[in-house]
Amino acid sequence: MTSYRQKKDPQSYSFEGFGTPAFPNLMLRGAGNLDNWRLAIYQKEHEGYLGLKRALSMEPSQVIDEMKASGIRGRGGAGFPAGLKWSFMPKDTADKKYTRYLVCNADEGEPGTFKDRSIMEYNPHQLIEGMIIAGFAMQCHMGFIYVRGEFLWLIEKLEAAIEEAKKENLLGQNILGSGFNFDLIVYRGAGAYICGEETALLNSLEGRRGEPRIKPPFPASKGAFGQPTTINNVETLAAAAPILRMGGAEYAKIGTPKNTGTRIFCVSGHVQRPGLYELPLGVPLITLVKDLAGGTPNGKKIKAIIPGGASSAVFTESDFDCPLDFDTIRDRGSMAGSGGIIVIDEDTCMVQVCLRLIRFYAHESCGQCTPCREGCNWMEMILTRIENGEGRLEDLETLKSMTPRIAGKTLCALGDAACGPMDSILGKFRDEFIHHIEHKKCPKPSCQLVTYSH
Amino acid sequence: MPVSKVLTLSPEALKEIDQLADKFPDRLAATLPALHIAQREFGFVSLEAMKAVAKALDIPEGHVYGVASFYSMYQKHPVGSFHIQVCTNISCALNGAVALLDLVKKKTGISQRGEVSSDGLWSVEEVECLASCGSGPCLQVNHDIYDEFVNEAELDRVLEACRSGQYREWAK
Repeated sequence: MTSYRQKKDPQSYSFEGFGTPAFPNLMLRGAGNLDNWRLAIYQKEHEGYLGLKRALSMEPSQVIDEMKASGIRGRGGAGFPAGLKWSFMPKDTADKKYTRYLVCNADEGEPGTFKDRSIMEYNPHQLIEGMIIAGFAMQCHMGFIYVRGEFLWLIEKLEAAIEEAKKENLLGQNILGSGFNFDLIVYRGAGAYICGEETALLNSLEGRRGEPRIKPPFPASKGAFGQPTTINNVETLAAAAPILRMGGAEYAKIGTPKNTGTRIFCVSGHVQRPGLYELPLGVPLITLVKDLAGGTPNGKKIKAIIPGGASSAVFTESDFDCPLDFDTIRDRGSMAGSGGIIVIDEDTCMVQVCLRLIRFYAHESCGQCTPCREGCNWMEMILTRIENGEGRLEDLETLKSMTPRIAGKTLCALGDAACGPMDSILGKFRDEFIHHIEHKKCPKPSCQLVTYSH
Repeated sequence: MPVSKVLTLSPEALKEIDQLADKFPDRLAATLPALHIAQREFGFVSLEAMKAVAKALDIPEGHVYGVASFYSMYQKHPVGSFHIQVCTNISCALNGAVALLDLVKKKTGISQRGEVSSDGLWSVEEVECLASCGSGPCLQVNHDIYDEFVNEAELDRVLEACRSGQYREWAK
């Protein structure tokens, strides 16, 4: 079916969870087994579609109440309570004036994040089940899965899983005799990071350039094709299956009171056992990085950790004890984002890290808003100059003065996302910038993070 | 812009585009999938490909141009039979992606984006995050093959697999 091959022994790539036989994983069940995607395995081994059966026996509003009771916060980046988001859809289900849409954001592209991909690869039926539950709760009859264009083999897999579900009457007309109809379409993107922003995604889904829209109107009132639409991340939708199966209150017992449930953390960078770790929210960052992922491969000191994908502010040693939940990470000046944890060791040049990240935003800015389009480019140029040993001390003041002129001055959060790493790296590693400028060269020539061919 | 050898969409492609358009609330929504089909047919998204998509969907040519130019996966220049895309974003870079890109360029003889080797086999592109951060450095060959934890030996194996016909060629 697909030309994708599993090449490495599973030991080099971790799929670990808090799972014990008595309390198994909720999200990464069977990950690593390439046959795990099949409906038969999902139903036989992973309690598949039990959540859907329970949901269909309830009223749609009760399903939303279950999601609210679970306390789950969106796993895509913003951490907005998912049950509340679902309740924003127009209530009057008898009003046929509206076609309602459900959209799954599978445009995974935040550097450091690779969780949605594994859900779709190993548990596509869990995503499908979650989407049918969400569709039923909000009375949508059509769902789209917007998958980034590079994931062609995952699109093939999702479509195969959808066919399996249709055969078993889990999708289509009168699902399991409930009278509820729901269809799914997989939509392939074409390589634009910005399409992970929900309104840009909607434009892309409508066949347009992926440029974010002005809000309001919010998607719940005017979304895809001008109709009420809810957009959720893959992990959030897939979590709806275990939530409905076990009940919202039971799910809420995992994690901490305001940050419930489990989350898939993606650990990458200078770390011995990179991979996906499903953990209850609230586990300290250092426990994950050192105890579970094994720390740096060669015992080097950790210099910095990016806690929530490339858009989050970097943490240094004093914050390594931070519990991994949405609120504490925010209180310490960063964000939990998409759960991408990038570990950086002591031999790394932070100016290069900063340049590499800013170059990404400069490249991916959609170009609509001047502060982001021009600002990210200017930051990239100034950082390139500093890295090449041609910087001046006043460059640092220029960089510092730029972020408040970008953040909050644009339609979407891409500009803000660039400012997170920019501000924090400049603030916490100012001495490294000054060293580059005063010595007119990079002090770590063996550290190479940036190419010049873009 | 370079001109493509193919100048029109095949009847099968036109039918495929029509069926796609019927799935969506309006025909405009099929622009992205239709461009993917056109890229497969034309080898890259040439101006002729954009015009053919506009005609097939009965939408303005300017709209199709705007979309095609926005998204990086629509190649606006011809590429080799094996278009090698190397991620150089942060997690891969921390694990040697810059050296990997240099190695790919050296072994294929390609120095920059847009260039195709004289035997037509290779082209190389530096791309942003491919969501393989935990198994970097990574590269993708055409649209369906990911290779992860790529070191020199692994790269040699990938290139040999391309040469010996084990991988599907671009747009085939």
